[in-house]
Amino acid sequence: MTGERVISAKGLAKRYDAFEAVKGIDFEVRSGEVFGLLGSNGAGKSSTMRMIGCVSRPTSGELRVLGMDPVKDGSRIRGRIGVCPQFDNLDPDLTVRENLYAYSRFFGIPRAKGRRRADELLEFFEIADKAHGKVAAMSGGMKRRLTIARALINNPEIVLLDEPTTGLDPQARHLVWERLHQLKRQGITLILTTHYMDEAEQLCDRLVIMRSGRFVAEGSPASLIRTYTQPEVVELRFASDDLRALAEKVDDLGRVEVLPDRLLIYTDRGNDVAARVRDRALGPSSVLVRRSGLEDAFLALTGRDAR
Amino acid sequence: MTTLAPSPSRVRAITSRNISALRSGPEYWVTVLSGVFEPLMYMLAMGVGLGSLMTSGHWTVDGKEVSYLQYIAPAMLASAAMSGAVSETLIHFFFKLRYQHTFEGMLATPIRPVDIVAGELLWALIRSAAYIAVFLAVIATLGVTTPARALVVFPAGFLVSFAFGALGMVVATRLRGPQDFDAVVVGQLALFLFSGAFAPLSRYPEPLHTLAALLPLYHGVELVRGTAFGHLSLALAGHAAYLLALGVGCLTWTARRIELGDD
Repeated sequence: MTGERVISAKGLAKRYDAFEAVKGIDFEVRSGEVFGLLGSNGAGKSSTMRMIGCVSRPTSGELRVLGMDPVKDGSRIRGRIGVCPQFDNLDPDLTVRENLYAYSRFFGIPRAKGRRRADELLEFFEIADKAHGKVAAMSGGMKRRLTIARALINNPEIVLLDEPTTGLDPQARHLVWERLHQLKRQGITLILTTHYMDEAEQLCDRLVIMRSGRFVAEGSPASLIRTYTQPEVVELRFASDDLRALAEKVDDLGRVEVLPDRLLIYTDRGNDVAARVRDRALGPSSVLVRRSGLEDAFLALTGRDAR
Repeated sequence: MTTLAPSPSRVRAITSRNISALRSGPEYWVTVLSGVFEPLMYMLAMGVGLGSLMTSGHWTVDGKEVSYLQYIAPAMLASAAMSGAVSETLIHFFFKLRYQHTFEGMLATPIRPVDIVAGELLWALIRSAAYIAVFLAVIATLGVTTPARALVVFPAGFLVSFAFGALGMVVATRLRGPQDFDAVVVGQLALFLFSGAFAPLSRYPEPLHTLAALLPLYHGVELVRGTAFGHLSLALAGHAAYLLALGVGCLTWTARRIELGDD
C-alpha cells in the first residue's frame, strides 16, 4: 500500500435489466499492488473488471481509474491499461505475431516500435517459435500467454487479468505465474480474478472475496486466513459412513465440519487435537494435520454449496 | 457519444488489421475473388449470350438506344459494388461481432465503436472499389464504355458501395445467427433480380413496379447506368441523394447500437 491511488470505487454498481451483478462496492487499488477479486461464478468479478476496463458503464456509484472518469475518458484510460479477458478473443484471421502487431496499431504505437515490442513479448512469453503460425495451431497455455502478451503491448500501468490460468495444465499455470511475478517486480499494478486459491495466495498482496455482487471480506491472504479460519486443520477419515454421529464425539475439540468423506476440525493446536482424537479410540482410518489455507477461509465465507 | 468523429489513425489501424488478415492466407482471397466473378459471369452470360437474341430498339438510356450488353453491364457493376460491400460489412462484420469477438478485443484498446464502424466501412469500400475498377476495365475492353466515361462511373459505383456497406452493418447487428444468412442470400437475390437490372421497371405490373422503385439497388442501378450512358439530370441527383441518405442513416444507427451493446 505504498504507491499512489490508481483505482478507486465508491458505491459502484452494475445492473443488467433485472439482474444486479454488482451491488455497490467500495475499494481502492494503489500502484504496484496485486489486487485479487475472488468469488464463485456469478459473484460479480467479471462485471467489476469490465467497468474498470472501461468497456461497461457503471449503473451507479463513482469510479476513477488513473485519476480519470471511465465514462468520459474511456479511450484515454484504455490506452494506459492492459486487458486479458476471461475468454480468449485472439484474432483467428491473423498470425501470432500479427495479433500483437495489430494491437500495437490500435494503441497508436508507431510501426517500428510496435514490431519491436511484439518480438520482445514473444520472447518473454516463450512463444517466439510460433510467431508466424496461426492462433488456432496453439495449445491453450500458449494462447493464454499470447493473450497476456497482447495485454502488455502498450506498456500498461495497470493490467486486468480475468481468470488468467483457468483451464491450463500445471506446467502452463506455473509459467504464467512466473511471468506475472516478473511483472509485479517491474512495479505494474495487477488486478486479477481467480477461482484458484493457491493462485491468489501466491500472487495477491490484497484481495476481496465477492458474493452475490458484494464484498464479504477484504485483506491480505494471511490476514483472511487468520480472521476467518483457525491456523490448522485436522482431517479425519473413517471406515464408517455415519460421520454425523462421529462429529458429535469430537465437537468439543474445535469447529467441526462434516464433508461427505471426512471430518474437518479447525484448531490452533493441530497435533494436540490429533492426539486427543486418537485417545478417544474412534478408530479413524487416517488423521492428517495441515495448515489452513485461503481455500478454508474462502469456503468458511461463501459456503460449500455449489450455486 | 456517437456524435464523436472517428479518429483517422485508429481507422487506419483497423484497415491495417484487415490487410494483415488478407495477407495471412488464401481463405480470405477465395471470398474476395468469388465476389467479383459472379456479376461478371452474369454479364457475359446474359449480355453476350442472351443479348445476341434480343431485338434492338427496346433498350434505351435517356432516350438513347443501347445494346443489351450495354444495358445490363452498369447494373452488374452496381450489383458487384453492392455484394463487395455487403460481404464485408454484413457477413464478415457479423462473424467479427458475434463469433470471433474481434471487436470485443478492439474495444479494450483506445478504439471506440465509431472507429470500428468507420474502419470496417472503409475496408468494405476499398474492396468494392477494387471490384468496380476490375469491372470497368472489363467493360471498357469489351467496348461497352469508354475510359473517359469510366472515370464518371467510378464514383457512382462507389456511392452504391457506401450505401450498401452501411446497410449491411445494420443487418449484421440484427441477425440472430448464421441461419439468417439464407434470408440474406434470398434478399440480395431479390434486389438483384427486381431492381431494373435486366429489364426496365416499367415492364413490371403494379404493385411490383412501385415496390421495386423503392429498393436501394434500383437507385444504384439507375445511377450507374445514367452515368455510363446518359446525361447528368435531376433524376440522377435524386438517386444519389437516396443512396447517400441511406448510408448516413445506417452508419449513425450502427455506431449507436455498438456503443450501447453492453447495456
